[in-house]
This record gives sequence, structure tokens and C-alpha cells, in this order.
Amino acid sequence: MASMRDIKRRKSSIQGTQQITKAMKLVSTVKLQRARANAERSKEYFTCMYDTVNSILKRVGHIEHKFLTRGNSDKKAVIAITSNRGLAGGYNSNVVKLITRNPDWKKEDLCIYSLGNKGREAFLRYGYEVKDCDNEIVENPSYSDAMQLSSELLKAYAEGEIGEIYLAYTAFKNTVSHIPTLLKLLPVEVSAEEEKSEGAKAIMNFEPEDADTLDLIIPKYVTSLIYGALMESAASENGARMQAMDNATSNAEEMISDLALKYNRARQGSITQELTEIIAGAEALG
Amino acid sequence: MADKNSFLLRIITPDRVFYENQVEMVEFNTTEGEIGVLPGHIPLTVIVKPGILNITETESDKEAALHAGFAEILPDRVTILAEIIEWPEEIDEERAEAAKERAEERLRSRTPETDIMRAETALQRAMARIEVLK
Repeated sequence: MASMRDIKRRKSSIQGTQQITKAMKLVSTVKLQRARANAERSKEYFTCMYDTVNSILKRVGHIEHKFLTRGNSDKKAVIAITSNRGLAGGYNSNVVKLITRNPDWKKEDLCIYSLGNKGREAFLRYGYEVKDCDNEIVENPSYSDAMQLSSELLKAYAEGEIGEIYLAYTAFKNTVSHIPTLLKLLPVEVSAEEEKSEGAKAIMNFEPEDADTLDLIIPKYVTSLIYGALMESAASENGARMQAMDNATSNAEEMISDLALKYNRARQGSITQELTEIIAGAEALG
Repeated sequence: MADKNSFLLRIITPDRVFYENQVEMVEFNTTEGEIGVLPGHIPLTVIVKPGILNITETESDKEAALHAGFAEILPDRVTILAEIIEWPEEIDEERAEAAKERAEERLRSRTPETDIMRAETALQRAMARIEVLK
């Protein structure tokens, strides 16, 4: 049995850790509330944009347009949104797994635009081609950051360097459920079910012409999707961290009560032993 | 909604719902020129160019500087998805003036490397900001 002093030391070290995890939980709860409010406010724009682009695409049908047809290159660009800091449970590894475990993708064809240091480290370790991005973006996403990234990608797409663009992020459903999601950005695909749901809609006119409008709107669409993903990921990150820290705190609680029991038993044991020794000594003298 | 003299105007930015109300008329600048929208307009999608957005409500007028985005116009509703839009009180006049001068300077002393499109957009933005403050 471990000595009383050892148990005591262990217990106080766990108590120290518990205090840290508790504090981290509180911090991420506050951050989560803020990130969540931001994500909800930006959602309006996000959904509006999605609906509009969908209705436009439905109307123009299947025209030849550089953003609607697949590029010639086999290269796929993937924007992976992870966090800069760890201790967030499976948050980062889930996004990484989404890409590394995808059966349809070959490592050579991928080019990762990694936002967030944790994801970057993981992809480099697996030997993927990683483009340098500004990791600070994920801390406090702004619309202009998203704009910059999307214009960079669209340029590469227009020049034929990459054939498809994907976005890997963590969708924020509610505080406890965050879903790692893979989204195809380009070429734009109209989902079939969406098409059915809005059958009768007024005929839309465009100024300028359809194709020119698409030229201008699709970059905005891509930007808004990236921005929305950044916002949701920020909320998810804090949610995941809050959960992880909550688990850690309750685990620590469990360990502490276990150790308290052991400590008391050890103390009782040592008292009993001392008594036995004294009695034995007294008997020997008498 | 039953009111034939007004329609619902919604202006949405990536960060917030900028404006949402029943209005009588809205005017703004598009790639095809300035446009004024009254209730019952035909469905139309236009791309926004930097300029002043003028909202006519039943009792008052409102102005804002609208810089980028696009608008979806339907007979009973107009949705403007604005990437950048500001109320006059949110504009920093000195910064706008400085930006205007910078852009003009760039256009004056143009070299083959000058991104003229960018400079012109910057100039238009600055002008719209200054205009809306007047």
C-alpha cells in the first residue's frame, strides 16, 4: 500500500489540475457564448446567400461556366479549419480524420489549406502538401480574412492549378453536438432535394447577364461559406473544449474521492499498527 | 404586407441584420447604373457598386454607404446581401478623405503595375462615404 504521504501528494496534485480544468471550462463557456452569438448572427447572411445562389443556378440550368464545371486538374484543395490550441477533446482530430480517412482521396492529389496550427501539425506529420495560411484567422475570424482566402483559391482555380475545392470544418449544431463536415465549394453543385422543394418561383431577371452575374456572385458565395464555416468552427471549438474540460473536472473529482478513501484507510491502518505495537510492547514488559 | 405602397426591405451583412423594415422606396448604385425600386418591381438580381443607399420610409429618409454585395428584388420584398455597408455615424470622415486622396494619387501617377480596378473601387468607396456624410 502506498504511504500516506504519497497519497496526500498525489491528491493535492490532482486538486491542482482540477482547478485548472475548472477554470478553463469557465473560460471556454464564456467564449462559447460569444462565438455562438456571432455564429448565429452571421447565419442569416449565410442561408440567404445559399438560397439566392441556389435559385440562380436553378434558373440558369446547366450552362458552361468555369465555376460550374470541374477544372482539368486532378488537384483538390481542401480548407481545413482546426484550432491553434489543444485540450479540446476530439475537435481537431475529427477534422483531420475526415480528410486522411477519406477513401476516395489520394494523398498526392490533395493540397491542404490549413487554418489552425493543430491541423497543420497533423497534416505535416502525415506527409500531406500543406499551404501556409495565417493561423491567427481562426482565433477571431473576420469577413476580410475569408475574402482574402477565397480570392486566393479562386485565382488558383481559374488558372487551372486546382480542379476542386473542399471545405472541412466542424458544424455547430448545439452546445453538445458538433459535427465534422466536409463541404464541396467548387464546382458548385445544386443539391437535388433542394431543387424539388422550391418548384414554383417567379422568373428572375438578371442585370448584367446570367454568366456575368455568376462571375461576381460565386466568389461572394464562396467567401460567405468560408466565413460561415469559420464562425461555426469557432463556436464548436469552444463547445468541444468546454465539454472536454467538464469531463476532466469530473474525472478529477472521481480520482480525488477515490484517493481520499485510500488515504483514510492508510491512516486507519497506521493507527491500528501503532496501537498493536504499543500493546505488544506493554505486554512484553509486563 | 397588404399595403400596396410599401415593401419589405432587408439588408443583411455577414455580421448582422443591418436593416429590416417596410419601406416605400429604396435607391442604390449597381453595375448597370443607379436604380430606384418601388413596390411591385419585376424580379431582378443586381450587383451592387459603391454608392449611396437611400431608403424612403413612410415618414423619414435614411441614408447609408453601400460598398459591395448584391440585391435580390422581388415584387413584395428586396433583400440586399451587403458585404460592406455603413450608417453615416459609423464612418470615419478623416479616414475616408485620406483614402480618397490615396486612391486619386495612385490613379494620377499610374504605372504599368498599378491595379487600376482596385484604385478606382477604392476611390468610389471613399467618395460614397464622404457623400453620405454631407
